[in-house]
Amino acid sequence: MLRFVPILTLVLMIGPVSAGLIGTLLPAFGILPALGGTTPSLDPWQAMFAQPGLGTSIRLSFVNGLIATAISVSIVMLFCAAWQGTRIFHAMQRVLSPILSVPHATAAFGLAFLIAPSGWIVRVVAQVAGWERPPDIAIIHDPWGIALIAGLVAKEIPFLFLMTLSALPQADTDRTAQVTASLGYGRIAGWFKATLPRIYPQIRLPVLAVLAYSTSVVDVAIILAPTTPAPLSVRILGWLSDPDLALRFMASSAAVLQLLIVIAAMAIWIAGERLVAVIGARWAIDGNRFKQDGAVRGVSAVMALVAAGTVVLGLVVLLVWSVAGFWAFPDLLPRGFSLRLWARELDAIGNSLTTTLLIGIPAVVIAVTLVLACLENEVRSGKVAGRRAMFLIYLPLLVPQISFMFGLQVFFSLLGLERTLVSVVLGHLVFVAPYVFLSLSEPFRALDPRYGQTALCLGASPTRVFWQVRLPLLTRAVLTAAAVGLAVTVGQYLPTLLIGAGRFATVTTEAVALASGGDRRMIGIYGLFQMVLPFAGFALALLIPAVLFRHRRGMGAQNKG
Amino acid sequence: MPEAAKNGLELHDVRVRLDGRELVAVDLTIAPGEIVTLMGPSGSGKSSLLGHICGTLPDAFEVTGQVVLDGRVLDGLAPQDRHVGILFQDDLLFPHLSVGGNLAFAVPAHIKGRAARRARVEAALGSAEMDGFYDRDPATLSGGQRARVALMRVLLSEPCALLLDEPFSKLDSGLRSQIRSVVFDLCRKNSLPTLMVTHDPEDGAAAGGRVIELRG
Amino acid sequence: MRSKMRTFVSALALAVGLATTTLSTPAFADPAPDVGNWQSVLDQARGQTVYWHAWGGEPRINDYIAWAGEQVRERYGVEVVQVKLTDTADAVTRVLSEKTAGVDDGGAVDMIWINGENFAAMKRNDLLFGPWAEQTPNFAYVDVEGKPTVINDFTVPTDGLEAPWGMAQVSFYYDTAKLDSVPKTAQQLLEWLVKHPGRFTYPQPPNYMGSTFLKQILTELVADPSVLQQPADETDAEATLAPLWGYLEDLQPLLWRNGQAYPQNGASMRTLLADNEVDIAFSFSSGEVSSAIEAFELPDTVRSYVFENGTLGNTNFVAIPYNASAKAGAVVLADFLMSPEAQLRKQDPQYWGADTVLAMDKLPADMQDAFANLDLGIASLAPSERGTVLPEPHPSWMSLVETEWQKRYGVVQ
Repeated sequence: MLRFVPILTLVLMIGPVSAGLIGTLLPAFGILPALGGTTPSLDPWQAMFAQPGLGTSIRLSFVNGLIATAISVSIVMLFCAAWQGTRIFHAMQRVLSPILSVPHATAAFGLAFLIAPSGWIVRVVAQVAGWERPPDIAIIHDPWGIALIAGLVAKEIPFLFLMTLSALPQADTDRTAQVTASLGYGRIAGWFKATLPRIYPQIRLPVLAVLAYSTSVVDVAIILAPTTPAPLSVRILGWLSDPDLALRFMASSAAVLQLLIVIAAMAIWIAGERLVAVIGARWAIDGNRFKQDGAVRGVSAVMALVAAGTVVLGLVVLLVWSVAGFWAFPDLLPRGFSLRLWARELDAIGNSLTTTLLIGIPAVVIAVTLVLACLENEVRSGKVAGRRAMFLIYLPLLVPQISFMFGLQVFFSLLGLERTLVSVVLGHLVFVAPYVFLSLSEPFRALDPRYGQTALCLGASPTRVFWQVRLPLLTRAVLTAAAVGLAVTVGQYLPTLLIGAGRFATVTTEAVALASGGDRRMIGIYGLFQMVLPFAGFALALLIPAVLFRHRRGMGAQNKG
Repeated sequence: MPEAAKNGLELHDVRVRLDGRELVAVDLTIAPGEIVTLMGPSGSGKSSLLGHICGTLPDAFEVTGQVVLDGRVLDGLAPQDRHVGILFQDDLLFPHLSVGGNLAFAVPAHIKGRAARRARVEAALGSAEMDGFYDRDPATLSGGQRARVALMRVLLSEPCALLLDEPFSKLDSGLRSQIRSVVFDLCRKNSLPTLMVTHDPEDGAAAGGRVIELRG
Repeated sequence: MRSKMRTFVSALALAVGLATTTLSTPAFADPAPDVGNWQSVLDQARGQTVYWHAWGGEPRINDYIAWAGEQVRERYGVEVVQVKLTDTADAVTRVLSEKTAGVDDGGAVDMIWINGENFAAMKRNDLLFGPWAEQTPNFAYVDVEGKPTVINDFTVPTDGLEAPWGMAQVSFYYDTAKLDSVPKTAQQLLEWLVKHPGRFTYPQPPNYMGSTFLKQILTELVADPSVLQQPADETDAEATLAPLWGYLEDLQPLLWRNGQAYPQNGASMRTLLADNEVDIAFSFSSGEVSSAIEAFELPDTVRSYVFENGTLGNTNFVAIPYNASAKAGAVVLADFLMSPEAQLRKQDPQYWGADTVLAMDKLPADMQDAFANLDLGIASLAPSERGTVLPEPHPSWMSLVETEWQKRYGVVQ
């Protein structure tokens, strides 16, 4: 049975993505019988390229995605290089982990409420300077998309940081650092020259996922990106929602173009990796020690702190807004507070939390089961060749959602599965499983194989070894992966709405619907509601092993990774 | 174990290759209670040979020859069906189980009943002079205690042969000779054919058996 | 591994079981109700669940919808579930993709809150069920004579494919604590902005409110407004639109952010007024402004007003897709929404504050009194204060204006 699980998993990942892509490709070339499109044509492409400002939209998606990714990766690498193994490093670990449970849109709203011309920061300035009106400058929705980049960077840093953390133990980084230090290298130079080359291959996939996400993001872009014109992904959504149904053709071409943009961005990134590798290889052995790196270390700490601080402070603003009475500019705090909205929404939230779990728990359980089965199969068959094929599990993270989600909806309709819990769970699974695999595969593969060998030689069957040795040893990694999976399913908007046909009102579909009303109090309340489940998940992932193994000191070290 | 012929561990022209390169080739028979030492530099495939004998060597290695234990051909058997115990340089006590849990893990399933199984474990602890350690966290033990628990664990699984993969290299020198003699005494007492790989000549000398040098 | 497989299979079985027992949709087709025979409609509707796709951005409106759902459950045994949308077009897209997949029965959408372009598009593509609206009992109260837009949705005849639900009219609002006088024509607005640059903006077309502003200006500036009632391609559209583009040429540089950025919708424009980023904003319902004051979104010194030469007004409706699963239930719900009782509550700013589609003189006396006695809220305009209601142009003008605007002002970089 176990042998077939990797294939099953890949089918569950690739099937929906390919079906969805076909459903997008056909209308992109003029085929959509419901709207009278029966002959293939290039008209949708011509119509799309005739759109004013298309070049700028493409640039905003492509360049800003690359820049945001490069900045996030640089800050994380620099910070790890500068502070790995120190107390600051561990403190940052504790701050950044909970930030993972903040949904992208919530973080973006928090950032907007913070840095907008009428936001908290300007209000502080206004108090001092005596301004009565917010300055008329575009800080968010700025023409260059700097706010968009900032929003993406602040949210991607925690993700990349934690992915790096799970890769660190395998590179024996602490001792490497001792060696480079004893050879006279500065901390940062030593890390970049000796550790990075070993770490980077491990985090390459998360980095590419961040790149794909950043070049095709919709929700964060709606909140922070420029609108004259908007990035391509946002315009696609606009065309898809246009009352003029004929725009569906052009929207589909644009969705294909969006996929091409992501592929191009990845190609550039990979070329960049090569270049850095060549230059870096020479640089690594040129003997320069860079001993005086105190200033750079300081800067890296400040940057990481600003990124984390922005998200945290953004959440505080959301919290204040959620209880605000009328709050005029430039007041630092509202004139009055009210729990009225909280009270009424708390009444209503129960159902959507239940629905969220009704979808989330099966999706996470199935994802964790499949991933564990794939990894266990890898151990038992002893084959490494399969690993390369498992790369395909990440396909859903690399293909932009907007490029296949609408096609997928049609596909599920054809199967007659639309609107059922099964299809929504399967739709979520497509996004949950890759993240579970991403966070579980490293610790699973890093587990000392001799534990399993010893247990086998003690006469335990492979099944017993899995349940009684490997699984308990990986308790925390499995729970963390499940928490990551839960955070992913809670955050899904398009798949829930489209595949579920609106039958499944989750915390996120409610939040997005209410956010369209523009009341910052509601945005605050639902932004915080959205965090509840992922946060609880991560907390349990920490708490359960701590309680379970409270008398097992060795488990602390075991579960570090 | 049925009281079948105790012929010891026979390695008939066993050759381990990786990517076409031969790592190790041996042909020897280890009698019950005999301790054979394989000496050789790192990378000479000593550990791969042990992996092959206990059945945990990855498919990537090509192996020819035959492994026979007490008249049973081991090749093709699953590791858990071979009755070959192994000790590594790390004790590899399961950190999620108590000391007693680690030992109980190894007690064969044919010993039924909680009391009987517990009695086995307690007896083993007693023979290691570790009475009262059943509920202890392995992480709180000293190095010598951990090594003894690891040894007791492998013996509780009732192996028909024992493999030692540089078992003493991580112990400090005072402890090393003490643990060595405990291990070797028990091997002989239990009439276990034992194969030890090491690069410490003292190990071979202390074992008092044949010492086979492998080329690099 | 058997036990692991068992876990997996049972998880799957659980999911399948839940899906098929509690959440599946009826596989049989819902026969078209015979609206002429009202009792048969009620009989058919009983036990149905109506999935009503409606914009869900306003908690008060969501509450109103929930109330209406309770009423029809108690009275007619019809369950109502609101599917909260961010954009009405999402529901249109869904019906379309179902048609693509050949789902001509048992569709996901039973009713849509709709008007204007979305209605025109659905009607044009045969995505609607009907006619049914004018045969429902409560349609008799609708003010067809006094409010012609209840059967002409942006000049497109409704042909009984949608039932009127509420009236909307553009009104502007400002903070009386900050402004003494306000511009009351398109020309005055421009002059006022010259003196107060950056203190006004409009949502970015093709947002509905933004396009409405452009149409308001167009209607005011065009020499012969009746041209706008015809489809644009039957007229000299370029000449008709010329005054609008001339006006915007002057207006754009004076806007908030110099016209480089726009609020995304009416709600974010309201936020700008609350933050003192702009001085004047507008909405499709003055009752909404009162509600916003109630909800602490605006200071209580904000008041509404209309332009001297009138402002655009229209009607919003509910429609039923051609493949709806619960057509009879939707018809019953739509009929209830037109009832005097439901319309009275809708107009009460305590619950919503949106104008009724009913004719007062057709109502029983007690209902007339109830409507007359409503406290409309501090920033709401009484019917007498609303001036002339200007008709919406034909939807083709909206498309034309949006496309041209996008070319001229949608790309500033």
